[in-house]
Amino acid sequence: MRYLLLISADEEEAEAVTSDAGMKAFGEWLDDLERRGVLQVHAGLHPSANATTVRVRDGQVLLTDGPYAEGREQVGGLALIECADLDDAIDIAARHPATAIGQVEIRPVRES
Amino acid sequence: MNGAPGPAADRALADAFRADWGRVVANLIAVTGDWDLAEDSAQHAFAKALSTWRRDGVPRSPQAWLTTTARNHAIDVIRHDRVAAAKLPALVPEPAETDDSGIADERLRLIFTCCHPAIALESQIALALRTLCGLSVAEVARAFLVGEAAMAKRLVRAKQKIAIARIPYRVPPAHLLPHRIIGVRAVLYLLFNEGYAATAGPDLLRPDLCDQAIELTRMVCGLMPDPESWGLLALLELTHARSAARIGPDGELIPLEEQDRTRWNADLIAAGLSHVETALRRERVGPYQVQALIAATHAMAPSAAETDWARIVRLYDELIAATPTPTVLLNRAVAVGMRDGPQAGLDALGSTGHPQGSAHPLASAVRADLLRRLGDFAAAATAYDDAIAHATNDAERRYLQKRRASVITS
Repeated sequence: MRYLLLISADEEEAEAVTSDAGMKAFGEWLDDLERRGVLQVHAGLHPSANATTVRVRDGQVLLTDGPYAEGREQVGGLALIECADLDDAIDIAARHPATAIGQVEIRPVRES
Repeated sequence: MNGAPGPAADRALADAFRADWGRVVANLIAVTGDWDLAEDSAQHAFAKALSTWRRDGVPRSPQAWLTTTARNHAIDVIRHDRVAAAKLPALVPEPAETDDSGIADERLRLIFTCCHPAIALESQIALALRTLCGLSVAEVARAFLVGEAAMAKRLVRAKQKIAIARIPYRVPPAHLLPHRIIGVRAVLYLLFNEGYAATAGPDLLRPDLCDQAIELTRMVCGLMPDPESWGLLALLELTHARSAARIGPDGELIPLEEQDRTRWNADLIAAGLSHVETALRRERVGPYQVQALIAATHAMAPSAAETDWARIVRLYDELIAATPTPTVLLNRAVAVGMRDGPQAGLDALGSTGHPQGSAHPLASAVRADLLRRLGDFAAAATAYDDAIAHATNDAERRYLQKRRASVITS
């Protein structure tokens, strides 16, 4: 069973609290998942100020500078994991250091 | 096969439905992993039992017969459904001995799965009640004082989430228990209530549900012995002790004050009192323990008149501080009426007659009883009419009709 973890937090706060200890904890989280073969994809994202949002209406490509939803809380990273069930996914998500300031949303992946 | 066909078969089927519905469905979910299919197959098995048992007699183990029939039906459905056929290899009964927690009971797996914290608390409880007791959506909706359509939607969403997000079907390992226990206790409490005052139907009592609730609560205490679990167990035991004395010869309800207390079950009272003590020794008093203390106060009183109503009102005040539900407010008004007389009870009811904007189904019955004690028979008769219109259960209705007749002739 695959789950997408959407890791989000208040961007300014996340910037401010990112410490060496936090990075170390995050590194350990990643290493552990890789060792267990759980992690399929992982990406950390640049801040949402660098986002571009695209819509097509009446054949016109419309661009917006910024994320699709404005707000302090923004997605800062994502991970695609493969594990047995939701309890495993919750266990993995809960050990992500970002959960201490922000949150991780667990989305089951639609498999064809 | 044994037993005479016909009425005996119908009676056996009714008994089996009450006692075994939850087990059959829980087993089918374990085997198929499909909640809807499990319910449909259980329904099919009970329908088939109706004709088969009448013709051939009642099987030696109705539960085994029903489980096997339901399972065969599920396999048939899956074979005929090409999409689902891929699931067939999974149709191997798991070795349902023990899991991580050491507890092997399909019903507990069902309850703990429903009570996963990834599902909203109300949906957890509603789904567990619906699946475990075979209550209709309308009955579950009534238990929650919400509309049927809203409840149906809630149940569908909860089942979908269990399937799509893959919530595991099990009693969770020890470190996850604390997150589940609140919902689990609420389910056991309501399961007991459903047995003690059935939402609908001819009988007030479904004692098998009460027994099941007590048995499962005992297992939960073994799994996670915390004060509120012991408090719940004590509450259920002390309440169930009064069951036999609660029903009259014509199947009508007998209120607490008129019960023959020699018919209370002394063993259950002893067990309940000892479990209250176990709970209180931990010095973290919660709502179930307070309710257990109220039940214990009744259990120790030789009669209604000699009951320590002042203590009971105090305990209700404590309960209201923690959980000010319409039912608790109503019960407090009854206790005030016993302590200070019917007018005081009516005054207390005045502020709670329509708690939280909606009339409590039992509010009219309480008002009617207080008016009767006060001697205002005309007003009591009107209140009884309203109470009878709200009664969902035949035993309750018969009791109210008898009372109404008594005030009319007074």
